[in-house]
Amino acid sequence: MNNFEFSRASDVADAVRQMAADPGAKFVAGGTNLIDLIKEGVARPSRLIDITRLPLGRLDETGDGGLRIGALVPNSDLAYHPQIEKRYPLLHSAILAGASPQLRNMATTGGNLLQRTRCFYFYDTTTPCNKREPGSGCSAIDGLNRMHAILGTSEHCIATHPSDMCVALAALDARVLATGRDGERSIAFADFHRLPGDTPQFDTNLKKDEIITAIELPPKGFATNYSYLKIRDRLSYAFALVAVAAALEIENGAIKEARLALGGVAHKPWRDRQAESQLHGAPAIRESFVRAADNVLRDARSFGHNDFKIELARRAIVRTLTQAANGTPQSQGDKRIR
Amino acid sequence: MANMSTSYLGKPTSRVDGRAKVTGAAKYAAEHNVSGLAYGFVVTSAIAKGRILRIHTTDALSVPGMLDVFTHDHRPKLAASAEKYGDEVAPPGSPFRPLYDDRIRFSGQPVALVVAEELETARFAASLIRVDYEQQQHVTDFEAHHGRARVVSENGESQSHKRGNAAKAFSQAPVRIEVEYRIPVEHHNPMEMFGATAVWEDDDRITVYNKTQGPQNCRNYVANVFGMAQDAVRILSPYVGGGFGSGLRPQYELPLAVLAARALRRSVQVALTRQQMFTIGYRAANIQSLALAAERDGKLASFRHQWVGMTSQFENFQRNYVTWSSLLYKCDNVELVQKLVKLDQNTPCDMRAPGGAEGLFAIECATDELAYAAGLDPLTLRLSNYSDKDQIEDKPYSSKELRECYRQGAEKFGWSKRNPQPRSMKDGNELVGWGMATGIWEAMQMKASAKAVLTANGSVEISSATADIGPGTYTMMTQLAADMLGVPIEHVTAKLGDSALPDAPVEGGSFTTSSVGCAIQAACREVQKELLRLAQRIPRSPLAGAKLEDVTLAEDGIRHKSKNVEVSLADAMRAGNIDRIEKEASAEPNEKSKYSHYTHSAVFAEIKVDEQIGVVRVTRIVNAVAAGRILNPKLAASQILGAVVGGIGMALHEETLTDNRFGRFMTHNLADYHVPVNADVHAIDVIFVNEKDDEINPLGVKGVGEIGIVGTAAAIANAVYHATGKRVRDLPITIDKLLRP
Amino acid sequence: MMVTLHVNGVANKLTLAPWTTLLDTLRIHLGLTGTKKGCDHGQCGACTVLVDGRRINSCLTLAVMKDGAQITTIEGLAKDGALHPIQRAFIDHDAFQCGYCTPGQICSAVGLIAEGRAHTADEVRELMSGNICRCGAYPNILAAIEQVISQKSAAPPRDGGP
Repeated sequence: MNNFEFSRASDVADAVRQMAADPGAKFVAGGTNLIDLIKEGVARPSRLIDITRLPLGRLDETGDGGLRIGALVPNSDLAYHPQIEKRYPLLHSAILAGASPQLRNMATTGGNLLQRTRCFYFYDTTTPCNKREPGSGCSAIDGLNRMHAILGTSEHCIATHPSDMCVALAALDARVLATGRDGERSIAFADFHRLPGDTPQFDTNLKKDEIITAIELPPKGFATNYSYLKIRDRLSYAFALVAVAAALEIENGAIKEARLALGGVAHKPWRDRQAESQLHGAPAIRESFVRAADNVLRDARSFGHNDFKIELARRAIVRTLTQAANGTPQSQGDKRIR
Repeated sequence: MANMSTSYLGKPTSRVDGRAKVTGAAKYAAEHNVSGLAYGFVVTSAIAKGRILRIHTTDALSVPGMLDVFTHDHRPKLAASAEKYGDEVAPPGSPFRPLYDDRIRFSGQPVALVVAEELETARFAASLIRVDYEQQQHVTDFEAHHGRARVVSENGESQSHKRGNAAKAFSQAPVRIEVEYRIPVEHHNPMEMFGATAVWEDDDRITVYNKTQGPQNCRNYVANVFGMAQDAVRILSPYVGGGFGSGLRPQYELPLAVLAARALRRSVQVALTRQQMFTIGYRAANIQSLALAAERDGKLASFRHQWVGMTSQFENFQRNYVTWSSLLYKCDNVELVQKLVKLDQNTPCDMRAPGGAEGLFAIECATDELAYAAGLDPLTLRLSNYSDKDQIEDKPYSSKELRECYRQGAEKFGWSKRNPQPRSMKDGNELVGWGMATGIWEAMQMKASAKAVLTANGSVEISSATADIGPGTYTMMTQLAADMLGVPIEHVTAKLGDSALPDAPVEGGSFTTSSVGCAIQAACREVQKELLRLAQRIPRSPLAGAKLEDVTLAEDGIRHKSKNVEVSLADAMRAGNIDRIEKEASAEPNEKSKYSHYTHSAVFAEIKVDEQIGVVRVTRIVNAVAAGRILNPKLAASQILGAVVGGIGMALHEETLTDNRFGRFMTHNLADYHVPVNADVHAIDVIFVNEKDDEINPLGVKGVGEIGIVGTAAAIANAVYHATGKRVRDLPITIDKLLRP
Repeated sequence: MMVTLHVNGVANKLTLAPWTTLLDTLRIHLGLTGTKKGCDHGQCGACTVLVDGRRINSCLTLAVMKDGAQITTIEGLAKDGALHPIQRAFIDHDAFQCGYCTPGQICSAVGLIAEGRAHTADEVRELMSGNICRCGAYPNILAAIEQVISQKSAAPPRDGGP
């Protein structure tokens, strides 16, 4: 690892101050991705600011009946929190689909949002990569792209966002609270991550001096009709080829509200409001789900090795919506796909 | 004592090194923190072919705590001749010489060693090294270049074989299949990365803790490369965190650590990173074409098998891939060919059951396809072509209980309840597939030596310069010595992993128990003889006139089997005025044997697959093995279990992807190179069928290290076909392939 | 930087560069080489230790961030020479071969049992999937853990560990 400076932040304001003072600084909490990237020489921070002692580890109810999750709540604590298991089982399930128990014990809620892509060109500093070295070119577009994106890609980058948790947060309409020199702001989850465009070096719209302090979940948790289905190359401890979060509100066999988010297919957790609104009022039957899947994938584009992902995503969407509608969510323990 | 007692042999003894391994006391190569230790970090090439123009080391050297950066133009003297870099398992060719010259032969080749006081300093400084290259056009695309493969004969031998007229028989037979199978590059990925701790003593000697499957192979290598006497080099490898073949040859961390230690005159540790574990040997990608023909009753009429594999530009690595079918199946018209294509990659190396794992995947899948083409049960077809003769050597087998493997395996699995129709078996929304395959592996023996020491107080030390990479060699040695010398296993200490011990071959090929075990037996026999001789020197010895076969050794002494008399150990030793008996002996294979020696197995696999989504789960495996005498059923079963898990990986997960534009393996980590995790593995039943073999070696053992993986991938692939009706002929069987229209 | 790490009940005051991982601190600075480096990137689980009772990957943890923490490594599980039930069960079920992933598997299993989330064989498999065993001892690892869970006798290690 490079010889970075190390300091601790005493409070949120101090964290923001320290970050503003050092353009090469990074916050560190769980470290599960950042330490890895520093070892690979992909990240070379001048300073690490340890934020683990900040008071951001609480999980509280909000005034409107939602939940506020402190940015430092570990992924495992969040997944197994009684309120999450009961009211937001989609989030519970998505978190448990990701990484390993050890990594979930380390990784924090805020850090999970800031995971960088697992594209192997991004990780291998001998190859060109626009995300790692802007302007050097994208090796994946004409290279090995089995894991890569099929939606929202650009000619500069086809990397995917690797998080499972974020897919559920996107579906649940979470909000991200961040504090910077200009004070605190609340960011809609859909606006937090970004598409690569011609600046793939930026994964999110978080400003350099901002720190994530909390995630807010709205009251609605879709605890009855939901499912998180993750499809990967082995049965556990692998990144998604395709993941789908589905949440439905069904009344008398008709869909009153639908949420649909995809992981492993784009530079950000993929929400498609057009496909969702098409489901509104539709009967909760396979034909509706097929139509929704076609709609989500209407602009999908693949790059050779990942051609299969379009069809896989189509089938996964239909299956996940079916699981949600039937009230038979995918279990992350038993690997049989329901 | 002529007949060994069996108080320990055949018993499910727990590992004698178990406590050391579960408490963290077992120390591996990069865990010897000797005083004054410096740390080396390897810099590897970014290009696949060309020359190094310049290596910029100034930035690296300016980091506080840096000691030196070694490169091809800044290093101590190394042997020039390529043959000095050979080793006992090197394939024909001109071995790679680390940091020798400016030529780049493969991507990931070591180009510099950065040495510092601290590990992190070395790693950071290594990241500051810049290399200027003159890049040349490389060729790494096996798929694009396999057409120019050639038959390579070394020392007049090739693995090709021909009898009868395969082409003619094929054209005349009523049932025919022609198929092509592919296996990608796979990497061993033992959990311990390669590491060497070179302990510097003085300019004339070196001791190295090294991860290796052959400490003496590494000793000879270091002596040759550095121009040292063999007895000035000592390699220690008491614990080895897995090998699977990757540690048969010396890897580059060894010469680099020694080079730095000698240059700096202090101890140096060099450990590879997981990423660098993808710069050493690998299982070669290959394409296998088979054309099989049979009569309507399933009798084989023609068997043609061509294997095309990859190797480096500088060595020709190949094993026996194609001859296995002539050991398993009777057929008069056979044509077997192996070809190699040279690429700008490092040389492949042995990976668990090298040759067998690859060849049997194709042979056993093709046999399954032939059975379907003939409308026969796959097991029935195999039985009707069963061969009692090795048709390559034209010899009978010393033992071959394969029929019993088929019978017991099928019974345990419930094969008779199988509906042969593809897509006919279901469990909820999953299709169920049942497939089977045959496994075969050579039962080899190499020359080996061992030393046995028995002391007057009844303790035993048994030693040989072998390794224990996980099969349980310590335990095998302990059990054998305890049994032969009549002492409790707690009184036996086994020593291995030290080049200074009696000669032993590398640990590989499933030949350690047969080779080292027979040497232990011989050494213990010498101790027995000496003890009886001494016991008979006691005045009026109660054992006077007794022969070796009349007596038995027990903890307290030497006892007559039929008369109720004995001489204590202490008395016998006193008679010789000694307090210990020390004997070294060797054992070697019977080169004049009129028999062929093979281990066999029958593998049955159940998979469940969600057809829409393409996710395959291996829910059940039964592996019935005939491997001669099983010395320790507990540890032997673990060998089979583990190899089956390797077979699951081969079938469903493992693939190292190459980006041919860069000539570089890209999935060089354990997140992108998938091996099975706990969730991927369900019930695995291991059966050892009874197989008595008095001809093969005095112990009657065959070895179980490789056989478990042979056939497993084919059984799974055949099960996938049975479940889905889809033949996926290119491993691994991943979701994208099952979704192919 | 000055750091105090309480490892297996012993307080260690260390001066460490901030980029030193907990794994390297244990293995190099404290000589506790029982904790293994299998990938150094959080992809294998060989480096698993218990920090304040929770299993984590020590390779992705900076030691300076664990100042004051209670750390239990494989060396701290046996008490006065008596093996922890999980260690015993690993030997009895032959749940390892080369032994290199074993300390991580065992620490992970101790963490798993303390978490109390694994009630079925499938759940044990899933929640042990962060520990790769290339020798393929998984069925025996499962059997060892199931035995200890069913005995409910996973004794807590000393010093406030799990």
